[in-house]
Amino acid sequence: MAQPSPGPKLASLALIAAVIAAGAGAFAYTAGWFSPDRLTPARLVQAIAPAGGPALGHRRNHAKGICFTGAFEANGNGAELSKAQVFVSGTYPVVGRFNFSTPDPNAADATSRVRGMGLQITTPDGQVWRSAMISPPFFPVATPEAFYALLQASASKAPDAMKSFAAAHPEIAAFGAWAASAPWTASYAEDTYNGLNAFLFIDKSGAAHAVRWSLRPQAAVAPIDHDALAKLGPDHLEQEIAERVGQAPQKWTLVVMLANPGDPTADPSKAWPADRKSVEAGTLVVDKVEAERDGPCRDINFDPTILPDGITVSDDPFPAARSAAYRHSFNLRTAEEKNYPRSDAAQQGTQP
Amino acid sequence: MTRSTRFTLLQRLLHWLMAICILAMLFIGVGMVSTVMPKYVPLLATHKTLGLAILVLALIRIAVRLRSGTPPLPRDLPPPMQLAAKLSHYALYALMIAMPLLGWGMQSAGAYPVVLLGGFHLPAILPPDAGIYTLLKTAHVYLAFAFFALVLLHIAAGLFHALIRRDGVFESMAGGTPRNETAPAK
Ligand code: HEM
Ligand code: HEM
Ligand code: HEM
Repeated sequence: MAQPSPGPKLASLALIAAVIAAGAGAFAYTAGWFSPDRLTPARLVQAIAPAGGPALGHRRNHAKGICFTGAFEANGNGAELSKAQVFVSGTYPVVGRFNFSTPDPNAADATSRVRGMGLQITTPDGQVWRSAMISPPFFPVATPEAFYALLQASASKAPDAMKSFAAAHPEIAAFGAWAASAPWTASYAEDTYNGLNAFLFIDKSGAAHAVRWSLRPQAAVAPIDHDALAKLGPDHLEQEIAERVGQAPQKWTLVVMLANPGDPTADPSKAWPADRKSVEAGTLVVDKVEAERDGPCRDINFDPTILPDGITVSDDPFPAARSAAYRHSFNLRTAEEKNYPRSDAAQQGTQP
Repeated sequence: MTRSTRFTLLQRLLHWLMAICILAMLFIGVGMVSTVMPKYVPLLATHKTLGLAILVLALIRIAVRLRSGTPPLPRDLPPPMQLAAKLSHYALYALMIAMPLLGWGMQSAGAYPVVLLGGFHLPAILPPDAGIYTLLKTAHVYLAFAFFALVLLHIAAGLFHALIRRDGVFESMAGGTPRNETAPAK
């Protein structure tokens, strides 16, 4: 075999090095290592943290909450819109979480305007539907990027940060008006939880229907003002819901709203007009409440893209961004279990 | 019996098909975890689906290898390099099996339903457990990087055989003219 001369050999080595460098470079580029400005899940979640850093072991947002279990009683009306088994008349088990928007698991109830519910419904065919909904009737901003900008502006020390944010994102004004005027309630059982994001329901014929959904309380709503709520104490909401459900199951009606052609599906800061067709698909019955520390909702990620066959994401950019951010938050908090030990572990720790 | 100087056609097809799939998986993996764009949702679904397809293909491939064997390495390849070639190939096979199992296992331990493209549901292979989730997720991520490093090394070695040693090893997988210049090791 002819010995190749050193010239071509060097050229070959250089070629091999170039191939490997190109491969490694493409990988690093895809991973975002050359793009410090890319909005990653880590940056989005980081931006929620308070100045003193996040509460380790807890959800990075909606950190204060309490678990519940119960059932979803489908009445069959939703089956015309979606082929998912969850809309076939029947009773399906539920795990959920009442919470409010805060990065601090010890925040006082009256400090947050936005209450939420995480919900998982499981059907016998093995499908799972997860959703995380909030009490405002629309979202403060139109895009995930704008949400990131809002977080940055609220954390900024620059005196006119919020002002220039509002100038660039005029949709925030409607949310400000809602927050200033909407009545408060003194119970998780009296709040409406709105999905806000638009999804597609796929019916048996394969046709897609753009929808948003809400859970409307069946309990009578007794509005109170902010100061009266604050006087009830920092943890009133959790005490009250535990007591209330202990006395009687609490119920919500699942209302599915259908978009008219042309209604905005990609912008949760714009509510659809109230006259849109809606379908009452069933009743959520909450019959047990448990503390989060050892509760069944603790290690669940209420990722809004976990959907049964018969529901898909729409052109709304939020569910994808939320899914990515919630995954990151879930990864962080599950890895920090020692900072939020279960009570059996905590007891073992105190009894030598 | 004379041993062939090439991998069988089936082995070569599987090698190149899986090479494309695995490289795609590594890029999809690091791409999807660094984005919050709408493409995140289809990327993750593709990642899970292709990952499990790789598990199935890898099992078939190992069965085929047990039956068809491998062509011998050139006799003049120094023993440490022969060993490195063998061990790196075993490591690649191990990762093709381990990565999808870790992915499936961590999704199960994280209480996530495992739904593939087309709405296929896979059962959980582990009960929910946050500690196990963290462990498997960490392993999935670190081994993914080790996998990519090993693939780069493997490609460098393959090209080294093709361009510098010209000993027929590359052709044994690539097809083309079989090795006839160097006598195979017995
Ligand atoms: C891009 C915008 C958003 C970001 C970055 C974000 C971020 C987060 C994060 C990091 C968590 C904690 C997740 C976990 O550890 O499991 C969370 C929880 C939650 N979010 Fe969002 N969120 C966004 C938009 C929304 C929207 C539009 C809604 C309502 C429609 C919402 C409602 C909730 C609720 C109810 C929870 C608590 C869920 C639970 O109980 O586990 N979020 N959010
Ligand atoms: C050959 C098979 C596979 C390869 C090569 C692979 C590779 C990767 C890579 C490179 C990442 C990104 C790691 C990072 O930068 O953080 C990743 C993440 C991930 N993979 Fe895979 N994967 C495979 C199979 C699977 C399977 C079968 C599943 C699920 C059924 C899966 C689920 C995931 C998930 C959920 C993540 C995100 C982890 C996180 O939360 O950070 N993977 N994978
Ligand atoms: C993700 C990508 C790849 C993986 C996972 C992979 C995996 C493997 C494995 C496991 C073997 C051993 C076959 C056996 O002994 O049964 C092998 C052999 C081989 N691969 Fe790859 N491969 C990849 C990409 C490539 C590429 C891009 C090249 C081109 C340079 C290449 C060239 C070769 C050659 C020449 C052999 C034969 C080695 C011998 O004769 O022992 N591979 N590959």
